[in-house]
Amino acid sequence: MSEKKIRILIAKPGLDGHDRGAKVIARALRDDGMEVIYTGLRQTPEMIAEAALQEDVDAVGLSILSGAHNALVPQVIEKLRANGQNNVFVFLGGIIPEADIPHLLEAGVTKVYGPGTNTQTVCADIHQAIDNE
Amino acid sequence: MPSALVEKALQGDKLSLTRLLTEVEAETPKGIQALDLIYSHTGKAHKIGITGAPGSGKSTLVAALVKELRRLPDKPRIAVIAVDPTSPFSGGALLGDRVRMLQIQHDPDVFIRSMATRGALGGLSDRTEAFTQVFDAAGYDYVLIETVGAGQSEIDVVNLAHTVIVVDTPDMGDDIQAIKAGILEIADLLVVNKADRPGVEGSVRNLQNMVNAGHGKDLNLHHHRFLTEKNQEKLEHIDAEDHWFPPVLKTVATENIGIAELAEKILEHGKFLKGHGLWELKTELAMHEIVARNLRLGLYRRWLEDADKTKLQAIMNDLLEKRISPNQAVKALMAL
Repeated sequence: MSEKKIRILIAKPGLDGHDRGAKVIARALRDDGMEVIYTGLRQTPEMIAEAALQEDVDAVGLSILSGAHNALVPQVIEKLRANGQNNVFVFLGGIIPEADIPHLLEAGVTKVYGPGTNTQTVCADIHQAIDNE
Repeated sequence: MPSALVEKALQGDKLSLTRLLTEVEAETPKGIQALDLIYSHTGKAHKIGITGAPGSGKSTLVAALVKELRRLPDKPRIAVIAVDPTSPFSGGALLGDRVRMLQIQHDPDVFIRSMATRGALGGLSDRTEAFTQVFDAAGYDYVLIETVGAGQSEIDVVNLAHTVIVVDTPDMGDDIQAIKAGILEIADLLVVNKADRPGVEGSVRNLQNMVNAGHGKDLNLHHHRFLTEKNQEKLEHIDAEDHWFPPVLKTVATENIGIAELAEKILEHGKFLKGHGLWELKTELAMHEIVARNLRLGLYRRWLEDADKTKLQAIMNDLLEKRISPNQAVKALMAL
């Protein structure tokens, strides 16, 4: 029997063209031994949920710098749950004002990361969330 | 024993299908049992392999091709298995083929699954073949298998696909590259993608010369096999008419140029195989590959379990201290 790998989707929802952060985190997760499915820019919540379903991922990482997180993130979570993916963790990174974080956590986000976050912290959080499941 | 997961997956439930693929990939007892259950439902899908150098445009070509095939009158359901390499150092992988496939992601009758090689070296994962069985059983009419960016000898896809497309680009090498053995030889269709770039005519000419110098594509028959009587007879009576001459096509996948012709040739190749009794022969040859591989693995595992570990170590010591050769060691090991 081969080992079960952690599979994670990294996506950028909405209309922002800055994917450096998403690529850095994708690379860091790969180097941590995870299988990272990278879907690129300008994704709708539907596209992200559909990709997460087809790839049977354990977690979804969203990167948003456009300020549209309050609208987009709950939609992604809602679509994931509608597809039956109730145990998929959602991580969020980007420019997210402190004041918005409680609302996002309430909507189902596991963790929110700002600029300067150590990638090792992110890896450790993902492992912890999935291992404790 | 019936399984709810398998049953629902075969009925078209995507959540069950995606979970089933994960079980199969991890080779869990559930996944292994599922393959036994679905096998009788397989055999309908046309399996198409797409291979070629990294950056030759395979993913973009796959997306364009899926769109084209979806326009066929019978609106076929299509699965894509996109394979990317696993890092030999971290064991992780970056699976990025979906980035080029956004235009087909909305289609409810298209299912794309990314797959890491997890250490396999032939351009696919060891579980890719099992995935094709799952999609076949779940009613997908075409299963497209995109290999990792391949060099010259990642040719496992030939044992798996009915139709192999090898993607080349202008100026990938001179005519010596075109006559080397390996990846170009396994092509049923040769595609020069990015055909809006300079050098395209030269590439097409080199590939065309390679094809013309051959006598058509031979089946992969260099292993001794124990074929069923019917296919054995077919094999002994393969004549000139049964040789398929791989066409050389030009495409610009990003602009959808040449894609309709490519789809047409794929269908033509499928009909050719069926019309010449080759589809069944290929299917059997593919099965032999799978059985031979699993048998090798199973026998090895059983042998290892049964072997006297003390004697085994003694033989390996003799080998390392040059008292016996590797061949002699194998003889002694087999006698354990």
